Amino acid sequence: MIRTAGTILRKDLRLELRTKESVPAMTLFTLTVYVLFHFGLDRDSLDGDLASGVLWVTLLLASVIGVSRLYAAEREQGGVDALLLAPVDRTALFLAKAAGLLLFLVAVEIVAVPAFAILLLGPGLGGALPELLAILMLGNLGVAAVGALVGALAAESRARELTAPLLLLPLLVPLLISCAQATEPLFRQEQGPEDLGRWLGLLTLYDVVFVLLSVAVFDYLLED
Amino acid sequence: MPAIELDGLERRYGERAALAGVSVTVEAGQTLVVLGANGAGKTTLLRVLSGLLRPHAGTVRVLGAELPGERWRLPRLVGYLGHDPLLYRDLTGRENLRYHARLHGVGDERVTELLEAVGMERRADEPIAELSRGMVQRLATARAVLHDPALVLLDEPRAGLDPAATELLEPLVGRGSGRTRVLVTHDIEGGLADSDLAVGLKDGRQVLAGSVQAAEARALYS
Repeated sequence: MIRTAGTILRKDLRLELRTKESVPAMTLFTLTVYVLFHFGLDRDSLDGDLASGVLWVTLLLASVIGVSRLYAAEREQGGVDALLLAPVDRTALFLAKAAGLLLFLVAVEIVAVPAFAILLLGPGLGGALPELLAILMLGNLGVAAVGALVGALAAESRARELTAPLLLLPLLVPLLISCAQATEPLFRQEQGPEDLGRWLGLLTLYDVVFVLLSVAVFDYLLED
Repeated sequence: MPAIELDGLERRYGERAALAGVSVTVEAGQTLVVLGANGAGKTTLLRVLSGLLRPHAGTVRVLGAELPGERWRLPRLVGYLGHDPLLYRDLTGRENLRYHARLHGVGDERVTELLEAVGMERRADEPIAELSRGMVQRLATARAVLHDPALVLLDEPRAGLDPAATELLEPLVGRGSGRTRVLVTHDIEGGLADSDLAVGLKDGRQVLAGSVQAAEARALYS
C-alpha cells in the first residue's frame, strides 16, 4: 500500500511541477492576503492573538485552493476509474493525496511565513522558530488529513467548488483554535510558551482522530 | 466455466433503469458484441462488467468472480478500454504507462514492449495533450492490456484509428489476442463479423441475443 501511495504521490508531484496549478496559486493568495492585511489594518506590525489569527486564517483559506484542486486530475482525466480498475488498496489514494497536500502546504509556508514575518509581525520570532515549526507541522498534518477526505467528497459532487470550502472550513475550526492558541504566545512582545504542550497535545489528538477517521471512511467515498 | 454469466442483470441511475433483464453467457475466448443506439445501456454494461458500477439486481459472474461481492478479484483479470483513455494529459505516454504499470505491479519492460507493439515508441516522450486522437487511442489500448488481462472490455476500440493502426492493435485486443472480449460498436457489420455472439440493447432492455442478423441489428437504431 505504501509503495502504491508513493507511485500516486510521485505522479501528483510530477503533474504539479509541470502544470503549476496549486502551489503557485496558494502562495500568491497567501501573499496577497498578507499585503491586504498590512494595508487594511493600517498598522506596521501585529502581535499576540491578532498576528496568530491572521497567520492561521490565511493559511487555512489558502489550503481550500489546494483541496479544491487535489482531485482535479483524477476527476477530469479518469484517474479514479484507473485506480478502481487496478489492484490497489484505496487507502493508498488517501495517503498519497494527504501527503501531496502536506507537501504543498510546506512549500507555501516556506514563502508565506517569512513574508508574514516581514509584512506583519512586530516582535519577530526570536528563539521561537522550533516551536512555530512544530505547530505548523501538526497543523499541516491535520489540514492534509481532512483535506484529502473532503477533496474526495467534493470531487464526487456537482457543486464541487462550493462543497470543498463548505465542508472543509467547519471541520478545521478546532484545528484553527489549537494552532492560533499555540502560536499566540510566540508572537507576544514578551514571549513565554505557556500552555504550548496542551495545545500541541490537542493538535496531535485532532490529527490522529482525522487520519483514522479518513482512512476508515475513504473506501466508501469511492464506491459507486 | 463461462467467462461471463449474466442473468437478469439490472442497473439503475436513480429511478431510470439503464439496464433491465440482461442475460447472456460468454465462453472463454469468445467475443460478444453489444449493439444499440446512443443511451441504450452499452457503456453501462461494460462498466458493470469491469466492476466500476454495481449491479442492482440479477446474477453477474465475470471470470468466476461474483459481482459485486468479489469485485476485488477483477482488476488483475479485466482490461477496460472506454471512451476516456484514462491517461493524464500533462504526462507523456511513457510516464502514463509506467504509472499504470506500477499500479498493476508490472515491470517497465512491459511498457517498452507495448510502446513498440502500438507503434508509439518514437512519440512516447511527448505529453498526451500534444498527441492526435488516434495516438492517444493506441496508448489507451496499451494501458488496457498492460497486465495481460484474460478479458477485455472495449468501447469503440477503433475510434480515431486509421486502418494501419487498427491492424497494429489486432494482436493486443483483436480476435487473435486469444482474450475473451466484449465489444461495443456502432459498426454493425464489422462488429457482427468480429464476434461470436451479439446482444442488442434498446432503452436498457435486451431485445436481441445470440446469433444476430445485420438487418435485425439495424432496427435497434430506428
